[in-house]
Parts: sequence; structure tokens; C-alpha cells
Amino acid sequence: MTGAAAWIGSNGVALVLAIPFASAVLLLFLRGYRLSARLNALSSLLTLLASLSLLAARPAASDYLLVDDLNIVFIILNAFVGFTTSLFSASYIAHELEIGRLTGGHLRFYHAMYQILLFGMNLALLANNIGLMWVAIELATLTTVLMVGIYRTHEALEAAWKYFILGSVGIALALFGTILVYMAARPVVGEGPNGMVWTVLVEHAASLDPGLLNLAFVFLLLGYGTKVGLAPLHAWLPDAHSEGPTPISAVLSGLLLNVALHAVLRFKLLLAANPEAIAPGPLMAAMGLVSLIFAGFMLYPRRDIKRMFAYSSIEHMGIIAFAFGMGGALANFAGLLHMTMHSLTKSAIFFAVGHISQAKGTQRIDDIKGLTVSHPLLGWSLVVGVVAIAGMPPFGVFMSEFLLVSSTFARAPLLALLLVLGLLVAFGTLMVRLHALAFGEPVGRNERVKASYVPMIAHFALVLTAGIYLPAPLVAWFQHVAEMLH
Amino acid sequence: MERLAFDVAHLLAGSIVLLSLMLLYQDRLYTLINVFAMQAVVLALSVSWQAWVQDAPHLYLTAAIALAVKAIVIPVALHRMIRILGIHREIETALNTGPTMLAGLGLVALSMAVILRVTSDADILAREDLAFALSVVLLGLLTMVTRRNAVSQVVGFMSLENGLILAATGAKGMPFVVEISVAFSVLVAFIVIGIFLFRIRERFDTVDLEALDEVRESRR
Repeated sequence: MTGAAAWIGSNGVALVLAIPFASAVLLLFLRGYRLSARLNALSSLLTLLASLSLLAARPAASDYLLVDDLNIVFIILNAFVGFTTSLFSASYIAHELEIGRLTGGHLRFYHAMYQILLFGMNLALLANNIGLMWVAIELATLTTVLMVGIYRTHEALEAAWKYFILGSVGIALALFGTILVYMAARPVVGEGPNGMVWTVLVEHAASLDPGLLNLAFVFLLLGYGTKVGLAPLHAWLPDAHSEGPTPISAVLSGLLLNVALHAVLRFKLLLAANPEAIAPGPLMAAMGLVSLIFAGFMLYPRRDIKRMFAYSSIEHMGIIAFAFGMGGALANFAGLLHMTMHSLTKSAIFFAVGHISQAKGTQRIDDIKGLTVSHPLLGWSLVVGVVAIAGMPPFGVFMSEFLLVSSTFARAPLLALLLVLGLLVAFGTLMVRLHALAFGEPVGRNERVKASYVPMIAHFALVLTAGIYLPAPLVAWFQHVAEMLH
Repeated sequence: MERLAFDVAHLLAGSIVLLSLMLLYQDRLYTLINVFAMQAVVLALSVSWQAWVQDAPHLYLTAAIALAVKAIVIPVALHRMIRILGIHREIETALNTGPTMLAGLGLVALSMAVILRVTSDADILAREDLAFALSVVLLGLLTMVTRRNAVSQVVGFMSLENGLILAATGAKGMPFVVEISVAFSVLVAFIVIGIFLFRIRERFDTVDLEALDEVRESRR
């Protein structure tokens, strides 16, 4: 038994990548819905366990893969939400099969793609090579494009196409930035693969050409920022979220956006280590603030429930980018915490919304009323989720937003005012919408659905706990990472 | 010898920029595709030249991929597709040629100014190559923005990608160049198949996002 534990400990990184990949291949050939849904969940659970083993035994960085304090937070969060979403997906997809929106062939494809997506995201997070990171993010993007279009309706295809084109442009810009980083590194670290290894780059960051680095960061921020969903390059996000299957909306919002953000943070670290390069923070903070305010005002006119929460994701990614852009131990801490809380809360909201739209047969906000009366458990889950995401105490989101606002007030009061403006606008809109959605007389269809409440409740419990009490080791960990991020 | 290597690389990269500018004012789909195919041929030549100058045989593979996929397979496929979709007579209602060309020239000037200023101590071949590559990337973006038709947007995207290949091959000793060109070929193949399967004709976006949202939501 200890032998097995030791083996897992020493091969954690390989397992985090191999499990999703192997299950993807297996799922592609597996018929039968129950079996593949279970295998999907099992594989996600094993990936989660393997990722937890990274906490105990951390392998040394190689030329291609790296585990450090920064990406381990992302990986564990990724694996956890990946696992709970696979549970939600099992009940959600069962309903879609029943009503004939999906068929057997689509299903095999769906499950295989789900695992490939997890593989791509883990690879992007673990990559120590900026070229490999780029390839992994492209892979993750392509799989989500295919999944967004899986319903084959006109709207779904249009959304997939839009996502595809904007994603490709983003990815092309990111590649140009990657090439520029290599060119900046070449005179210092020499020709060949070393010029793309992140740890080598950071080590020599101070002597890299600052002009090229600046230019590279602009392209990388625009390129990967497209993936993060930062305005003005967010146009793909609402469509992709509203037209695809809801588990994919949950994974997109909760995970893929974070993966792209992780890439931006890596390059931010690189620039911060070079004294002559521009400070990357203000650029990120500006993009974040614009996204926050823009998305805050865009929330109100939305008539589609998934689309509304997609705009809310843009808003929160804006907050996170702003926090990391402000920098400093406190703001970075708030950013990390907010990212974790947002992933948990938003994916749980999408779980609830997925079942709600199945029960009501529509995603139109006007046709959904009185959920707490017609579907008490789902309705109240939505209430909890929206209250949490809007930043009300005692949930974790409140804490991170409070930290961010107070630290910003101390350093840049004017920016803090704008931040608060964005937060309040979003808060007001969400409350107005929530009131109509959750309370009053139910209208329209009110079917029962077999919903999976466990993932949803688990997420909310975590967010609530984090709002009341953060365990000391976690705080210490986040503080450490926050300092590492400058 | 050094001088010659430099001049030829310059000539080829410059021709790619010129062809990118020519893409801007093509208002027929067929000619648009032909100009793009020409650009791919010149790109293949430029990459082979870099392979020879840098003594990097793997770049010949990249050149071969550019020639086979982008100069032959994709253009032929797009020609057939246009016939089948019945959009060969369509005239693009892009912006007027004049302003588009002015914007294009502005972008070229911008990328020259930016790159030559920030890379003052890099070696001269690499930096001029990079300046050309950035122009091609920006012109590709401009082509995508000014077009309404999905096919011509894809052509714009592919010319943008030509700029990336130009930059990657100009960066001496860069790893993964071949892999990246293969990855992009797969991406482009996906896009082209996507257009064909789903008969996407109109462009995906309007400048006015708000209006688009309204239309889409009221359709439900």
C-alpha cells in the first residue's frame, strides 16, 4: 500500500495528464450512456486525487513541465470543478438524451471531448515551456468550440463559429507574443529550446531585451486576454456560454477562463522580473476595470438567463484581472481568493441554471418566474448562488471583493470608486433579476427533473465556509503565492 | 554573401507585405483567393531561403507545408466551395478601397515604427523580418475586419497566419516551428470544413454588438 502511494506520489504529474487522456481514448469507443457517464466521473475523480498528490510530492521542474506554488492552486481547483461538473453532467445529459436533443454518437464524442478538455487545461497549467502552453491552450479552445456547437442548431453553430474565429485571432496574437519572447531571450540564453523554457526565462529575465518584452506582453495580453474574456475581446463569450450544453458553460466559466489568466500571470511575472520593462500591472488593471464596468451595465438588458451569467463571468474575470493588475500582497491575495470563489460559485450557478432551463424548457428570463415555489430546492439554490456571486456576506466572494476594494481605496481611491461603481451596478441588476426569477407566481411549464444537487450544494458549502472561516494553511499558502506574484 | 542573404530575405518578406496590401482591395472572391495563393508561394520561397541561410533543414518542411497546403490544397478547395455555395458572383461590400488602403499603409508604418524602435540592438536581419511579419499580421486582421463574407474572413486569417510563420522562421533557432505550422494547417482545415459543412456565408459579427445581442435574444 505504501509502495503504491509512493508510486502515485512520484508520478503525480504524469497521472494528472495521463488519466484524462487515456479515458478520452476509451470513451471515444465506449457505447452506452450510463457506463460512459460513470467512467467520465471516475476519471475526473482520479485526476482530482492525482492532483492532490502534487501537494505532497512535488517533482522537480523539467524542460516541459513544472509544478510550483502558483499553478498547483489552479490545478487542484481545475480538477475539483472538473470532477463536480462531471457529476452534474451525468444527470444533465441524461435529460438531454431523454428529450432527444442529443443522440448516442454525439454522446461518445461529448464525453471524450470533456476529458480532452481537462487534459488540455492541465497541460496548459503544468507547461514550463511557453510554446507547449500555447499548444495546450489551443487544444482546449478547439475542444470547447466543438462542444459549444454540439446541438447543431443555427444559434449553436453561429456561437461556435464566432468563438472559433475570435479564439483563433486571440491565439494567433498570443503566438506572435510568444515568438517575440523567444527573440528577446535568444541573445541571452542562446538558440534552441532553452529560449522557451519559462523557468530559464525568469532566471534571465533581468537581462532580456526590455523593448521586445514590452511588445510581447501587449500581444500576449490581447491574445490570452481574448480567452479570459476581457473587454473589448469578449464578444465570443456570451454566445458560447448560452448556446452550448450547460456543463460546458460551467467548465468554460469556472476553468478555461482561469487557465488563460494563468498564462497571462506567467508572463506578468516575467516582465516584473525585468527592471527596465514596462510595469504590466496597469495594463491588466485597465482591461479588468473596463471589463467590469462594461459587463456590469450589460447585465441588465439580457433576456437569456445563461447569457446573463456569462456577462457576470466577464465582470468577475475583470475583477480578478484588476486585482492581479493592482498587484501587491493584499490585492493578489484578493485576486486568488476571488478566482477560487468565482469558479466554485459560478459553476454551481450554472448547475442550477442547467436544471432550471430543463425544467422550464426555456432560457428566457421572462418565462421563468417563481422558482422557489415551483422547484424549491433548485430555486433556493439559485437564490443562494446569485446572492453569493453578487458579493453579499457571508459568502467568500464578499470577502475577496471587500479585501480588493479596501486595498484599492488605500492606494488609488479614484480607481476604487470605479470598481465600486461596477460592483454596485452588477449587484443591483442581479438582485432585480433574481427577484423575478425566484419569487412570485410560477408561470409556464413546470416539469420535474432528476437533478443532481450534491455538486451544487458542495460548492455552495465551500463558498460559505470560505466566507466565514479560511483555514490558516490555506491563508498562508495564498499569501505565499500572492507575494510570489509581486 | 551576408549582403545577398539579407537582400533576398528582404525582397521576399517585402513581397509578402505587398501581397497582403493587395488582399485588402480585392473585391471578387476568386481573385482574393488567387492573391492569397500567390502569397503562400512567396512565403514558401522566403521560408526556404531562411532554411538555407540559417542552415536549418527542418524549415524546408515548413516551406513544403506552406506550399502544399496553403498555395494548392486550400485555394483549390475554396474555389470549389465557392462554386458549390453559389457565392462566386458576390461582390464584397467592404469599406471603400481608399480608406482601407490608407489604414493598411498606416498599419505598415506603425509596425515599422514600433519594431525598429524597440529592437535597436537585435541583429538587423531578424528585426526587419519581424517588422515585415508584424505588418502582415496587422494587415491580416484588417482584412478580417473589413470583410463580410466567411470565406474572405478565412483568407484574412490565413494571411495573418502567414505573418506568424514569417516571424517564427525569422527568429533563428526557434523550436516548434514545424509543429506550429502543422497545428495551424489543422486549424485552417477545421475552419474550411466548418464553412462548408455549415454553409456559413455571412460574417459572424457586426460592429454593433448591442444590436446583435438584441436581435439574437428577441428571436427566441
